[in-house]
Amino acid sequence: MFMLKLIARNAFRHKLRALLTITGVAVAILAFGLLRTLVGLWYLGVESSSASRLITRNAISLVFFLPISYKDKIRHVPGVKIVSYGSWFGGIYIDEKNFFASFSVEPASYLQLYPEFVLPPDQQQAFIRDRKGAVVGRPLAERFGWKIGDTVILKGTIYPGEWAFTVRGIFHGGHKNVDERQFFFHWDYVNETIKKTVPRRADLTGFYMIGLTNPDQAATVAVAIDGLFKNSLAETLTETERAFQMGFVSMTEAIITAIEIVSYMVILIIMVVVANTMAMTARERIAEYATLKTMGFGARHIAGIIWGESLALSLAGGGIGIMLTFPAARWVESALSQFFPFFHVSAHTVYLDLAAAAIVGTVAAIFPTWRGATIRIAEGLRRIA
Amino acid sequence: MENHRKTIVAIRNLTKAYRRGAQAVPVLENITLDIAEGEFLALMGPSGSGKSTLLNIIAGIDKADEGSVTVGGLDISLLSEAELARWRAINVGFIFQFYNLIPVLTAFENVELPLLLTALSRKERRNHVETALAVVNLLDRREHYPSQLSGGEQQRVAIARAVITDPTIIVADEPTGDLDRVSAEDVLGLMARLNKEFGKTIIMVTHDPRAAEKAHTVEHLEKGVLNHVHA
Repeated sequence: MFMLKLIARNAFRHKLRALLTITGVAVAILAFGLLRTLVGLWYLGVESSSASRLITRNAISLVFFLPISYKDKIRHVPGVKIVSYGSWFGGIYIDEKNFFASFSVEPASYLQLYPEFVLPPDQQQAFIRDRKGAVVGRPLAERFGWKIGDTVILKGTIYPGEWAFTVRGIFHGGHKNVDERQFFFHWDYVNETIKKTVPRRADLTGFYMIGLTNPDQAATVAVAIDGLFKNSLAETLTETERAFQMGFVSMTEAIITAIEIVSYMVILIIMVVVANTMAMTARERIAEYATLKTMGFGARHIAGIIWGESLALSLAGGGIGIMLTFPAARWVESALSQFFPFFHVSAHTVYLDLAAAAIVGTVAAIFPTWRGATIRIAEGLRRIA
Repeated sequence: MENHRKTIVAIRNLTKAYRRGAQAVPVLENITLDIAEGEFLALMGPSGSGKSTLLNIIAGIDKADEGSVTVGGLDISLLSEAELARWRAINVGFIFQFYNLIPVLTAFENVELPLLLTALSRKERRNHVETALAVVNLLDRREHYPSQLSGGEQQRVAIARAVITDPTIIVADEPTGDLDRVSAEDVLGLMARLNKEFGKTIIMVTHDPRAAEKAHTVEHLEKGVLNHVHA
């Protein structure tokens, strides 16, 4: 208890220095936490993907479509339980800054295949029945003030024109990783409209989503599906949902790696700053450590005092940094929602923050601790004046 | 009368040199000295004569190159660093020229510090500290930090800290060197009282002839060689 009191008082002996050090650590941990959250977001789709679902897309690229006629052929492949399909719509609501993900899907099979989008049964039925109906995630509805029955108009980027939808349901996520900022509507509505305006683009879909009877057969079923369309005009590439999502991640792997390096560099820099502070502190107090040694306090005690002080400063800064991460993440989510519609700080990130603060405190104390613990008493006492 | 007292510190053929590169600079040469229990000894000499080095060796914070130092029957030159630390905690009380109090601790906490290495309970520690502060007449300043005390008061706190564990010897390195005349008299009077009333063995390094007058014995060091001059 006495030693803890000594450590606490030592830590705040030079108030300005302590304040600046704590502020530095807090800012570094805040930056680290936000960057780690960003990296985590990249993998969110992968984490929330199911092992019992496959995605079939055009083998050349996602930007090329597949004929809708593939649906029945896929459905008859042994091991396939259910087939749904859909396309990326890329609509704009009023302004580009209001970006959110919008997909045209086949409603009945899609809701069956993705039970994590939780809708009350009456809303499900209303959505399936209304060809111009749409379902939206709760945060998205709250953001734009949409209620059931409201008309929402999206401006098409891939499919030209203005598209009017009626909100028939508001879903929420069945688990925490579900992206609730999505907008789904009928593939048929888009297809029938396109048939009239751009007929060559009709009866095509962006991808098929396939439910399996047994997830262990995923590889066999994927090979069977791709085999069906080999040497056709639109060859397919079928992979697990996880692999499909990882494909998106790997496209931007260099960015993720750069962000990860920057996050660790931030920690490294603050480690050097705290180490410098602790080195200055220990140098100033060498005579005190020598005095303690004359009284019989050993290297272990001296090391504990210095390490404790370093840890106290780092954890104080770390704690403040962690507390600031949550409002900062909320700000990022609201101000940059078109880029980061889902910016939640995970418990894993908080643990990483705490570990980073503890490592900073510990590593920064190594040299001063060694110096203080090994100083010769007679030499240390000479530093008094 | 002094000759009948038990020898508490016995120094035999002690030699010490500092190394500057390949060159050895002798500091202490063949020192032999006995200090009796309850003695108040002053070590005098010009700067660089080796008196602080001798004091440090007696107190177990420096080591001799040759010779032996026996304190209370134990040859401390044979002890390891860790053993010396434990030995110092029990047997040596230190008084420094610049008091060497911990600035973030109150007078009470500074005096309590050496007791943390003992098995005393918190209550026992408090009783000991209050007694020591009462001896140096600073009980009413117990909650004051060193910066709130005068130099003389700080040195009295340091004296209370030095005696708190009831050590075998008290070593004082220029205890009045940073004090005005009145405060110095006060501190010397207190040390004399500790010696006379409590029978403490005190070994004091000083430049100040007035301080040396308080001692029973004055030893002079000249270029590392001891000249015995009894007061």
